[in-house]
Amino acid sequence: MLDIVNVQKTFNPGTINEKKALNGINLHLDEGDFVTVIGGNGAGKSTMLNMIAGVYPVDCGSIVIDGVDVTKLPEYKRAKYLGRVFQDPMTGTAADMQIEENLALAARRGKRRTLRVGITKKERKEYKELLKILGLGLEERLTAKVGLLSGGQRQALTLLMATLKKPKLLLLDEHTAALDPKTAQKVLDITEEVVAKDNLMTIMITHNMADAIRVGNRLIMMHEGRVVVDVKGEEKKNLTIEQLLQLFEASSGSQFTSDKVMLSK
Amino acid sequence: MEILQQLLGALPGSVSQGLIWGIMAIGVYITYCILDVADLTVDGSFATGGAVAVVLILNGCNLWLAMVAAFAAGLLAGAVTGFLHTLMGIPPILAGILTQLSLYSINLKIMGKANQSINVNKTDLLISLRWVKEFAMHNPLITVGIVLAVLIGILYWFFGTEMGSAIRATGINQNMSRAQGINTNFNKVLGIMVSNGLVAFSGAFLAQYQGFADVKMGQGAIVIGLAAVIIGEALFGKIFKNFALRLLSVALGSIIYYIVIQAVITMGLDANLLKLLSAAIVAIFLAVPYWKRQYAQSHIRIAKEVKENA
Repeated sequence: MLDIVNVQKTFNPGTINEKKALNGINLHLDEGDFVTVIGGNGAGKSTMLNMIAGVYPVDCGSIVIDGVDVTKLPEYKRAKYLGRVFQDPMTGTAADMQIEENLALAARRGKRRTLRVGITKKERKEYKELLKILGLGLEERLTAKVGLLSGGQRQALTLLMATLKKPKLLLLDEHTAALDPKTAQKVLDITEEVVAKDNLMTIMITHNMADAIRVGNRLIMMHEGRVVVDVKGEEKKNLTIEQLLQLFEASSGSQFTSDKVMLSK
Repeated sequence: MEILQQLLGALPGSVSQGLIWGIMAIGVYITYCILDVADLTVDGSFATGGAVAVVLILNGCNLWLAMVAAFAAGLLAGAVTGFLHTLMGIPPILAGILTQLSLYSINLKIMGKANQSINVNKTDLLISLRWVKEFAMHNPLITVGIVLAVLIGILYWFFGTEMGSAIRATGINQNMSRAQGINTNFNKVLGIMVSNGLVAFSGAFLAQYQGFADVKMGQGAIVIGLAAVIIGEALFGKIFKNFALRLLSVALGSIIYYIVIQAVITMGLDANLLKLLSAAIVAIFLAVPYWKRQYAQSHIRIAKEVKENA
């Protein structure tokens, strides 16, 4: 379960660059919910994920994951509950470390890091098996530096790292946006697979409306730091992009404007 | 011919100094290459190590215990820089300079004066430059050589543990590290501590080697450390990929640095110009990779323009 209650965030308050990113947002997710998020530029999508992850402190409001109030916890402590994949393939992995070392770091998310060996033989075998599932040939390159991998391979690896220790909540911040269409599709397929396998509670930001409708069991649209459209289940499955845009206009009172979203329609 | 003979005669001394400073250079490697932080604390903590060891030994402390105490003093100095950076938000370079400056006063307080000699005739020492040509345990080549090998072994183990891996990850990608639950601030402090511990340990060896500790003995240490790291990387970077071998290449870089310095002095260079020369060499070596990138980029651009105009 995830509960975001009345969270507000203003960047650069009191200056001419003041920007209200989140405007008292409320969101409740049930166990196993897979929510896709769309919204225009500056709607607060990424800010919302960053607030959940603890990248910045909230101005007010609270965030509760699975009964634990994480509002005041620092980013590295919240990591215990979260798996994260970022838009930039460079962000999610340590380029100068080996594939297996990156996985070993992820396997210890939420645990105390001691003077025990950083990666065991048993782990190496497990990682090899796990990488096989990706179907990218990475299982033969366990000791290759991650910096040598392509963007798509890095995103797939980050996804594996994010779910290696089953997270309470998986946060995907436009994780296919920087990839070419074919690779993006592949990474999205892998995403659906890993989410389905453990029935993970997931929030996925995307700029692709068709994906947003097709993937997951719930769809929200954000506008000016609030959730303005929230559709679930059968209603979501039968949505069309036109209906979605109409819903948006009816509830936000403005045209849906995002070049990125419109272009990728 | 005469110069060559002189050089050969001075070789054991140069190699000894290179080995001692090699430990210091490995400390610099930990901050500069692993943590991606340029830590200037070392100029102060090097002298702290020397001061602590000399004062303890003069007061009858066990020699190895004095070395451990010097290491601990270095850890402490590193912790101060680490906290200035992580808790008080001071940029790492400035944090290092602040600690370095305050250590100057502290080192004076430890020794009670600016220079404290320790006579090898009156006091038993681990090493001394007097013994560089003796075949005995207290020959600096042997003692420091063995200690260096042990230290490389320990560091190789440490950076392979969960804790050490977290420090490496912190240096490479802080966003990723925090997303994987790594406390990046803690790891930065820990890394800077270990680095300065090694630097102080090296200072404790040098004070015994030269027979005195001096508040200025660490002046420009960061430049010597960087020179060793860069020389090691340039000469052995292509063949030494393993972490332990990389640390070894830093130590070898330090030895080569001292042999080269000895050579230019033997050939008649004014010793007063040494620091200028060292700084110039480091500056050039740091600039080369940057120039290479610029050159490559300008060629890509020209190639594009040629293509478009064709």
